[in-house]
Amino acid sequence: MNPNLYLWMIPLLPLTGAAVNGLLGRRFSKKTVAGVALFFSGTAFLLALRVLLSYSSLTLPYVEPGISWIRSGEFHVNFAFYLDQLSLLMLMVVTGVGFLIHIYSVGYMWDDDGFYRFFSYLNLFMFFMLMLILANNYLVMFIGWEGVGLASYLLIGFYFLKDSAAAAGKKAFITNRIGDLGFLIALFLMVQHFGSLDFQRVAAGVAQLPAEVAGAGVLTAIGILLMVGAAGKSAQLPLYVWLPDAMEGPTPVSALIHAATMVTAGVYMVSRSHVIFDKAPTALLVVAIVGTLTALFAATIGIAQTDIKKVLAYSTVSQLGYMFMACGVAAYSAGVFHLMTHAFFKGLLFLGSGSVIHALSGEQDMRQMGGLRKKIPWTFWTMAIGTVAIAGIWPLSGFHSKDEILWKAYSQGPSKMIWALGVLTAFITSFYMFRLLFMTFFGDYRGSLESGDQGHDAHGPDLGHGHGHGGIHESPALMLVPLVILAALSLGGGYIPALKFLAPVFQTESSIGHTGAIATSEPALEESADKGTERFLQFVSVGVALLGAFLAWLLYLKSPYLPAQIAAWAGGLYRTVSNKYYVDEIYNWALIVPLLAMSRKWLWKGVDQDFIDTVINDSADATADTGGVLRRMQSGNLRSYAAWLTAGGAVVLAYMVWLGVH
Amino acid sequence: MVPLSYYLVLSAILFACGVLGFLLKRNIITIFMSIELMLNGVNLSFVAFASQWHALSGQIFVFFVMVVAAAEAAVGLAIIISVYRTRDTLNVDRVDLLKL
Repeated sequence: MNPNLYLWMIPLLPLTGAAVNGLLGRRFSKKTVAGVALFFSGTAFLLALRVLLSYSSLTLPYVEPGISWIRSGEFHVNFAFYLDQLSLLMLMVVTGVGFLIHIYSVGYMWDDDGFYRFFSYLNLFMFFMLMLILANNYLVMFIGWEGVGLASYLLIGFYFLKDSAAAAGKKAFITNRIGDLGFLIALFLMVQHFGSLDFQRVAAGVAQLPAEVAGAGVLTAIGILLMVGAAGKSAQLPLYVWLPDAMEGPTPVSALIHAATMVTAGVYMVSRSHVIFDKAPTALLVVAIVGTLTALFAATIGIAQTDIKKVLAYSTVSQLGYMFMACGVAAYSAGVFHLMTHAFFKGLLFLGSGSVIHALSGEQDMRQMGGLRKKIPWTFWTMAIGTVAIAGIWPLSGFHSKDEILWKAYSQGPSKMIWALGVLTAFITSFYMFRLLFMTFFGDYRGSLESGDQGHDAHGPDLGHGHGHGGIHESPALMLVPLVILAALSLGGGYIPALKFLAPVFQTESSIGHTGAIATSEPALEESADKGTERFLQFVSVGVALLGAFLAWLLYLKSPYLPAQIAAWAGGLYRTVSNKYYVDEIYNWALIVPLLAMSRKWLWKGVDQDFIDTVINDSADATADTGGVLRRMQSGNLRSYAAWLTAGGAVVLAYMVWLGVH
Repeated sequence: MVPLSYYLVLSAILFACGVLGFLLKRNIITIFMSIELMLNGVNLSFVAFASQWHALSGQIFVFFVMVVAAAEAAVGLAIIISVYRTRDTLNVDRVDLLKL
């Protein structure tokens, strides 16, 4: 028997925090606001930890019966919570990394006027993310799904007085709507075919259907539509465009929402729906292709970016592509494993970049950095760990998860191309990340901010040093502690036995190959050969990572004049890449301009003004005219009312008499 | 025994007087009294019918009407006093603010 886990309290705590800070925060001191936010996100983390600690005594999956929400004939939806290894792992990532980023934000946002607003939104985000993870059915999951989109919108547009931030917020929201439409239609199809949105009942319904090996059926449709939703939320091709722009938000937001947690919701959703994908190889293939192409595409853009956060943003898109690649070859646990390690090292890298930006008083252009290694050593060392981890160099966490994905792509993927592109992406990833590291921390300082000659007081509370110290400076302890913890997790996170932990959730994955047929098992003999291949592939992936790092060293440290020459030599290609392949321009020209023109000319002037407005105005006019005639009765003269009254009485009387006569 | 029709004719005359006063008079107190007159005209036919058919319900009805009329008189007179205090007149034709 399971102990009472109080799952419902885990999302409710951050919601309370959001409400308290949102409604009363304006009157609170900054310390109180920070205390409220940290208390509620921290207790949520403690409750999650309590669940994890009682793991051995749990029988999973565990369903916490909630309250009934929708009841309509056979169809009903409950606000119930569901816990299995997958959601437990996500729970730890979201509450753990979320809490660390809350701590960091106290230091980072200390001088911001919107301090209470920021923490209210951040707690609100935690609430919706936890709803998404702990939901027992797709509809409650969808609430969380939409809610994190809302929180993301609010936080991207946090500096809403800045046009670009407001526009980026809208872009994120609208792009997500496109994906959400796909998700929603997938939900309708589930209701139609399975009569329920409950995870377990949908899975039972799917089990009744045959695998759609040849040809596409309802499962393929649901799978592809779910992937459309995931592509919106998790910034995959062709809907990834919002994520780089989302970097307009404060850096802790980029770390929490746009790297560690929210953008991985798509991966979580696809993994959660693995029973559907297992039986729809076409949909699975779509996932694999989208993931692989996104990983490669975004990585190439990352090479030519100069804004430190933009590099990390494209890197996030690329790493999310890896996770979908893993899901696409039915290696869901590898994808979720990468999700977890990515949350550690990308959260770390973003927080580190925030610390760099903080040190340089808001400078984000890597061309204005350099040589910061000595000046901000803590930031440097933690970011170096993050870089090595994301590059996938043994024994850091990125190696374990990325290698698992590449191995699964090789061994059970539909084509070796996926593996090859994955390795190529790993090479590029290593290159641009070391480029970032070298440009930021090595060489000579290229910016204008001098040590000690510029007053600067952007730092957090309770920190050993007072205000008014100058120039480039290390961040306060409040910001460094989360960095160090995340660095430790990036170092050792690969040894967390997540694959084994997740195995019960994805029991079917190993037995069902990409063709949808049950893989013929010839274990013993193949096993040792597989081990050899796997070991060889590990060397390959570490090799390309080192090669990428070497290339970055060559170009950005050894001979720093080379990149400019290469850029000049590659001319058009370089411009194309540094302009992000002109995707935004293409979307603008192909979709937004026609859409706006149609809305203006046809929907606005045609439908709205000529039709809807005319109908409404005419009926309003008719009512007013009638009223104008009738209001003459209201003379204000008491005796005229009396006359009307008597006349009315007389008419009634006459009618009664007339009835009596007849 | 007075025939029923006598009572009814008297009742109709009382009611008609009330209606005429209600329509023609300008003094608000006179109008008020006219309304009372109409009510009593109706009361008279109630009791006449009750006596004719030996049914008590008509009598009881009259008591109800009287109680309501008394309550109405209390409220109505209070309103009249209030109108007089603010408008300095009891002429209903000059109390005509309630219009567009």
